[in-house]
Amino acid sequence: MKFISALLLTAVLSFAACLFAPWWSIAIIAAIVAIAVPQKPFKAFGAGFLGLFLLWAVLAFLRSSANGHLLAHKISVLIIKMDNPILLITATGLIGALVAGFAAFTGSFVRR
Amino acid sequence: MRILPALISGVVTTGLIFVFNTKAVLPAPLGKFLSPQHGLWQNAEPLNQDFSADLKFPQLKGKTSVYIDDRLVPHIFAEQENDAYFVQGYLHAKFRLWQMELQTHSAAGRASEIVGPIALNHDREFRRLGMVFAAENSLKTVEADPVIKSSCDNYTAGVNAYIATLTESALPMEYKLLGYKPEPWSNLKTMLFLKYMSFDLAGGEDDFEMTNAKTFFSPEDFNKLFPSIQDSLDPIIPKGTPVAPPAIQPVKPATADSLYFGALAGVTATETKPHKFNGSNNWAVSGKKTKSGAPILCNDPHLALNLPSLWYEMQISTPAYNAYGVSFPGSPGVVIGFNDSCAFGFTNGGRDVRDYFEIKFKDDSRKEYWFNNEWKKTTFRVEHIKVKDSLEIIDSVAYTVFGPVMYDKTFSGGRQTNSKAYAVRWTAHEGSNEMRIFHGLNHAKNYADYTAAAQFLRTPGQNCLFAAKNGDIAIRAQGDFPAKWTGQGDFVMPGTDSSYMWKGMIPQNEVPFQYNPERGFVSSANQRPVDYNYPYYLGRGYPEYRGLIVNRKLGQMSMITPEDMMKMQTDNYNILGETARPILLNNIRESELSADEKKYLDLLKGWDLRNDVHSKGASVFLTAWGFFVQSVYEDEYKKAPRPIIFPLENTLAEQVLKDSAYKFLDDIATPQKESLADIATAAFKKAGAHLKQVEADGALELATFKGTGVYHLLKLPAFSRLNLPIGGGENVINAATGDHGPSWRMVVHLTPVTEAYGIYPGGQSGNPGSRYYDNFVDDWAAGKYNKIWVMTKNETRDQRVKWTMQFSN
Repeated sequence: MKFISALLLTAVLSFAACLFAPWWSIAIIAAIVAIAVPQKPFKAFGAGFLGLFLLWAVLAFLRSSANGHLLAHKISVLIIKMDNPILLITATGLIGALVAGFAAFTGSFVRR
Repeated sequence: MRILPALISGVVTTGLIFVFNTKAVLPAPLGKFLSPQHGLWQNAEPLNQDFSADLKFPQLKGKTSVYIDDRLVPHIFAEQENDAYFVQGYLHAKFRLWQMELQTHSAAGRASEIVGPIALNHDREFRRLGMVFAAENSLKTVEADPVIKSSCDNYTAGVNAYIATLTESALPMEYKLLGYKPEPWSNLKTMLFLKYMSFDLAGGEDDFEMTNAKTFFSPEDFNKLFPSIQDSLDPIIPKGTPVAPPAIQPVKPATADSLYFGALAGVTATETKPHKFNGSNNWAVSGKKTKSGAPILCNDPHLALNLPSLWYEMQISTPAYNAYGVSFPGSPGVVIGFNDSCAFGFTNGGRDVRDYFEIKFKDDSRKEYWFNNEWKKTTFRVEHIKVKDSLEIIDSVAYTVFGPVMYDKTFSGGRQTNSKAYAVRWTAHEGSNEMRIFHGLNHAKNYADYTAAAQFLRTPGQNCLFAAKNGDIAIRAQGDFPAKWTGQGDFVMPGTDSSYMWKGMIPQNEVPFQYNPERGFVSSANQRPVDYNYPYYLGRGYPEYRGLIVNRKLGQMSMITPEDMMKMQTDNYNILGETARPILLNNIRESELSADEKKYLDLLKGWDLRNDVHSKGASVFLTAWGFFVQSVYEDEYKKAPRPIIFPLENTLAEQVLKDSAYKFLDDIATPQKESLADIATAAFKKAGAHLKQVEADGALELATFKGTGVYHLLKLPAFSRLNLPIGGGENVINAATGDHGPSWRMVVHLTPVTEAYGIYPGGQSGNPGSRYYDNFVDDWAAGKYNKIWVMTKNETRDQRVKWTMQFSN
């Protein structure tokens, strides 16, 4: 239960923070959530990781589908050298996930 | 708190943020760039994007409604003319801001600020050419003209009103990719944009290379390579048209033969040149040649093909005028288009309006130079060049009576070393008010208005075309053109006294023009504007062949319809092939060819002289002719100690047709004397080997062979449209080459209700994430046109109106 609430909290608060703050505010949010919702470090990592993976991948997917993936086709060729929008969306999720995961990991160690 | 793990994992987190926020490790700041709420996903414009808006700006004086149609073309209806320019600026910025800033940064020699040291040579070169100096001079001229100043002020305010709305997430994608932010627009930037066009269209010349050629070849050989008279000439103003005696009689200096023509020294400095194919077609046919009895005006400017496009299509309707056409993002008004009374278009004049003078400095301080028997002081313009991720560069440029000393010991153009000093004199340095011509043409009601407007054109000199609903057609070869004596400015000139300086411009009433000529059409395709009886020297090197085919076709046509004109604008007939192919076919010794080579020869024989998409014969001709030209000249050219340029292709064709023992045919590297047949056969064998490779790569059909593409301004293939199925090429009306070609095709039928067609290879949005980014490209390649909708005020409920933007105060 704690895992799910930490995950959701991280996702929702990150979304809110990114409305006005830089993208890396997700790290601060993930760390604060890990401090506020005590879990074992690896669980905290998982909640942060999954929270941001879902948030970023879903947001990217929604925008990209509304766009008919026009831009994702071009950017995936530019960045990952493959014409694969889904891979680009996955990569987007993973980058948010990694940063938030490690931030949450840090937060949970601070809490202990 | 578990300090050590917290610390380690904190460092990892910070490290990840650093890696994903900068370009220090990865080529792009992936976190910033992929963040769905900040980065590129924000530029993924929904397919059903709603462009409607209700906007209020205190600067506006009245109401302006913008109806945006299904092609994203805005139709501006303004109560106040100046509000229209505000809204135009706003729309240009909304759809094209990044290109506007990139082009003006590049014009100002500020590209290094964006892309780093790689652009430093470009920046120094442009500043030393005096681009900013020139733009500042024009700004002074414009600010002294209250009407144009206020249109510029309003345009600038409109651009800045849009920039002020931009949040980080709303920035155009290229800003995110390159990691910078837009700065405010200014009237100076508009001037810089126009000077950029001046560079592109009137910055080209080859004085250095011609000086080197003159020092390398004997006078006889030089004239065989670069004849000042071309047999193929079919000028814009037909041969035999009488000319008035000149008001200025340029006199060759007494020392010209000894100090200039006879005593040139080689040049090692090198210039960046505008695209050599920059040119255009335009023509207008009078009512007596059309089916409807109304004139038709056509224009297709040939420029570098870019995404976002140089052009932005729009309609501007104010109480004073109602104009439709393409505009330059960066400048107010409609540039090529029409209004309710007339239509207007341009081709490039291509005259030599940029010359070099060799300066003798007293010493390396460059503070004094020898001029008219005394040491004269220079002034310095100190250029501060900011460089991304590096230190600022300070470049001081000496200015003389001629202009800036572009090349000296401190700058050679970046390729070779150079110890001499050359000042550049360029008509674009003068303050001028080119926006007056667009302003005048947008408002023009008749021939008199057109003539008055055209006279504001200084640089770049253009062949200004006009047709009106009252039946008038006209063309003027307009611009500031120095009145030169024969040979003046073909080479680097002595700069130690005033005798070689330009003595004035050809008076405006002596520029070549034609008004309702007997033949029923006016046309231009960058050829020499007049016959050789024109009293002023006009230099060499005009491309004559496209003009030949344009005039031949127009001369033969009658009962013309707009469809005929569209067909002609996209015609693929290769007029050089008509002249040059027989030289190959009549001289290649078939018996010496292998089976493969014979196969290619058969393709050449069977070629219908058309550069059509699937033509294999066209690819064979281009290859074979290219190798032939190369074989004829390369033996002599290899021996030249400094860079020189090849003659025009048609020069070789015409010289060989006149004289089959043309001196340059012989390969001077061999003891025996080669004949035309020897060279043609050897060249064709080389072409055969090359073509075999081309065929193995599946690229023998012309479109694949030449690979025409529309390139993103950063040359990113992912944002470009490459290898388009389009025919045409050099010496073809449909002038589509590799990265260059008809950048806007327009046909305007001046019937009581104007019937017009137009298309450009791009789209109205500059955003690579928009469906309107490149949606015209395929139709353009296929030779199709969009039917232009000149909207009227009572059509606001028309189904073509997809969105409405309201602007008010």
